[in-house]
Amino acid sequence: MSRITRFAARDPGPAARMAGFVAHLRSNGLRLGVGETQTALAALTHVSACDPRETRLALKAVCAANADEAARFDLLFDSYWCTDGRVREKAVPREDKADRKSTNTRDPQGENAGARGALHSPGDGPDRASADGDGTGKLIASGVENLMRKDMRQLVSPQDISAAEATARRLAAAFRDRRSRRRRTARKGDQIHFRRLIRQSLSTGGEPLTLPRKARPDRPVKIVALCDVSGSMTIYARVFLAFLSGLMRADDSTDAYLFHTRLVRISEALRDTDPMRVLNRLSLLAEGFGGGSKIGAALDQFARGPARRFVNGRSVVIILSDGYDTDPPEKLAKALARLRKRGCRIIWLNPLKG
Amino acid sequence: MQDWRALQKGMADHGYIAADDLAMAVHIALSLGRPLLLEGAAGVGKTEVARVLAALRDTMLIRLQCYEGLDAAQAIYERNYPRQLLAIRAASEAGETGKDVEARIFSDDYLLERPLLQAIRQPVAPVLLIDEIDRADEEFEAYLLEVLSEFQITIPELGTIRATTRPIVILTANGTRDLSDALRRRCIYAHVDYPEPAAELAILQIRAPEIEATLAAQIVGFVQALRREDLEKNPGIAEMLDFAAALAGLGVNDLIHDPMLLQAALGTLLKTQSDREAIPPEVAARLAGRAA
Repeated sequence: MSRITRFAARDPGPAARMAGFVAHLRSNGLRLGVGETQTALAALTHVSACDPRETRLALKAVCAANADEAARFDLLFDSYWCTDGRVREKAVPREDKADRKSTNTRDPQGENAGARGALHSPGDGPDRASADGDGTGKLIASGVENLMRKDMRQLVSPQDISAAEATARRLAAAFRDRRSRRRRTARKGDQIHFRRLIRQSLSTGGEPLTLPRKARPDRPVKIVALCDVSGSMTIYARVFLAFLSGLMRADDSTDAYLFHTRLVRISEALRDTDPMRVLNRLSLLAEGFGGGSKIGAALDQFARGPARRFVNGRSVVIILSDGYDTDPPEKLAKALARLRKRGCRIIWLNPLKG
Repeated sequence: MQDWRALQKGMADHGYIAADDLAMAVHIALSLGRPLLLEGAAGVGKTEVARVLAALRDTMLIRLQCYEGLDAAQAIYERNYPRQLLAIRAASEAGETGKDVEARIFSDDYLLERPLLQAIRQPVAPVLLIDEIDRADEEFEAYLLEVLSEFQITIPELGTIRATTRPIVILTANGTRDLSDALRRRCIYAHVDYPEPAAELAILQIRAPEIEATLAAQIVGFVQALRREDLEKNPGIAEMLDFAAALAGLGVNDLIHDPMLLQAALGTLLKTQSDREAIPPEVAARLAGRAA
């Protein structure tokens, strides 16, 4: 086939090419290790490696690890092995994807700045004009004023924290436990622990004198909280943040994130023992606080990134948000569906619902 | 090497039409001795692969159905406690010494083999089907990983049992939760999709040869069209075969002429109330008409 990539003359051989291909897949987000390169080479010895079609199918079986990757594999295969006879450079052609990614992360920041600017101008303009008009105008204006400063110390006061923290601790204790499906020895249980019964009865000549039982123990669930701090949420953010810090203190395994137009992990900051220092650190982290909201994008980022490591079937994900989103709702639905697949329970606390 | 073509043909001879990528994945898994992970919607014939492989290799099929809370006692081994108790009582009547009794009641005779242990103790390599692995919880997945990589199981009283033969392991999942990367990495992966019309027609003809060619084509066209509708639960291959059997039982020769009977047979394809409502008789008739 003429479409097949022509490799450079000094190319060291098939093993190196395979390593290059695996690196190419890896740079495109497939999670492969050295073991896969070996497996791929071993797999090729079992098919006719000269036939591109067979090679493609064989490598697909080895390298793809889920439905999404299997669907993308053909394109990735083409872009490495079938580049219309062009000589292969050392650089992988799709590597520009990494570049795009980095601009992506930079992008929201740019939009942040834009969003902030937009928030300033109504606050500065018409609101100030109406402030010396009637009382209701003043109310709105003061709300906007808060946004403009974006100072976390103004948003959260120590009294609020202690009140919300107490509530949070109670709540956290209430939904922390989930009944495990496994059984272990317990004084009172619904099943007899036969394994132990036999062991104990040996000492009494086969007479089972005591009946050890087993029950399902409660196992703690892990709480992951995501708090929306976009412009529309500012008036609730203070309470929610206090609530979060209460949750964090109640349980070591809890994880917390802030999101507005992007996602920021605040677990370490919230665990700080000094409440005022917490706020200082938060102010630094929460750049873009009170800006626009991209719930869909933020949740998607969460579901693809941290959720992979921290969320499992024993997790409860709490989302604190009013649901005002600049992204299309489908994106949010997709992100939630993806998150749901991790097997966690999702609780959406919406302040607008009262 | 055309081994995988031969394998594909062998599977077809046993009544399973495998797509190219599935056949290749099975071939690679068999030749490398790695577990095969099959993923896909319910009713696309994932479990069937294991059955066919067992038939093809002429070995036993050992099946482990996973569910939440599955533990070692149900997956690996359990002692036959009632029998042990009886033996202890009998031994004390006969005046046997404690040591002998102990040696006896913890021997092999009092061990109930569960699928995993059973699979590695077979004289001929069996096919081990671990069905719906995504339903089991993560602790079990982690344990399974160990068994699948070493093929050995440790029982405290008997010591480590090494596999006499390496079973052919097939895992199926339908994506109720994501599997761990570690497990995925150990396996050869294939995504099983609903078959193409031609393949589905071939399946129908193998499984129900008594159905006429025109009706078979209509059935496949109708089911394929139904899958394109926005349904909660897409009809799988098993449902399609049920549908065909129902039509044959009702004596239908043509889907278009009998809207009443078509509606009656739809119960084999649409299994939820909302899906039934989504496909009223007119829509069904239209789909059937287009399929013809």
